Amino acid sequence: MSERIDEWFAITPLSFLAICAMMAATYCCRAGGFWLMQHVPLTARVRRGLAALPGSIVMATVIPLMLRGGWPATIGITLAFLTMLKLRNELVALLAGLAAVAAARAAGL
Amino acid sequence: MRPSEKPGITLTRAGLAEGVRLTLPILPSMSLFGMAYGAAAAQTSMSLLEAVLSSWIVFAGAAQMVGLELWREDWTLAAILGIALIVGTVNSRLILMGASLHSWLGGLRPLLRWPSLFFLTDASWIISERYRAQGGTDAGIYLGAGLLLWLVWGAVTIPGYLISSLVPDPNKFGLDLVMPLFFILMLVPMWKSSADLVPWCVAGAVASLVWMTVPGYAFIVAGALAGALTAAFLPERARV
Repeated sequence: MSERIDEWFAITPLSFLAICAMMAATYCCRAGGFWLMQHVPLTARVRRGLAALPGSIVMATVIPLMLRGGWPATIGITLAFLTMLKLRNELVALLAGLAAVAAARAAGL
Repeated sequence: MRPSEKPGITLTRAGLAEGVRLTLPILPSMSLFGMAYGAAAAQTSMSLLEAVLSSWIVFAGAAQMVGLELWREDWTLAAILGIALIVGTVNSRLILMGASLHSWLGGLRPLLRWPSLFFLTDASWIISERYRAQGGTDAGIYLGAGLLLWLVWGAVTIPGYLISSLVPDPNKFGLDLVMPLFFILMLVPMWKSSADLVPWCVAGAVASLVWMTVPGYAFIVAGALAGALTAAFLPERARV
């Protein structure tokens, strides 16, 4: 058991540095766009682009991951989306999606 | 609290509480996502401490998940740069979210503004944008949501990690797909009008093409930018 606990708390200077590097890269993204907007005029065109951005990010992430995940991912993601559309409950929709993925994988799809 | 610099933008205690309240409904599914991260981390060489520190220091679910694929036991500077680059790519969507918050958080004092950007996440951003679309001006909503999500995100990593050490194959339960599942659910409240459809479909199509042809995770940025550019340059009359 104590061996297990030692494993849980293992960390090296370099792995900590890796975590900090991920933090730095992430913070640059978080603050970078904000900083950029101090230098970019907010025209109607820029505004329209920004408005379409969140949905575009979602689609650009989900569709390729769905293709990569094959049938179980496609069935699960579609079902989760439809459940959310119908019930507007995130937890129920997420669980429905997970159950569909698990069922599809168990069926050998 | 002291008044902020830009007139009209406030930061109040009541706003912070309201931000916490608006976040409660998404907390269960967020926790599940956080636990899935802990579970996935336990399947790599990452220790529990490293997983929890990642959640509290990096605080970016999708990027952390992708980062796990590059996690290793022995680190070189090149490997560290590599993981930072991938994490930056996946998170580049935050550049655009930060940009859209500018007109709002720009009203805060610099000492508050720059630290508050650390708490920018998909979820707190969506909550804030929804609130602002209804005419809200209290930046406390953004910070309250961000702080609560940050606390919970790191905490739920622990049970996720511990449970996964006991479950032999968490992918059997679809846990590797929690991130895209969570993402697609966010699309539903974003839907405003059928004008959104064209840029969104362009984003999905371009991302898929890039995914098929370019290795790595460049497809996210490429697709997202294609969608935003489509919306920006689509002629007005073609918009439904």
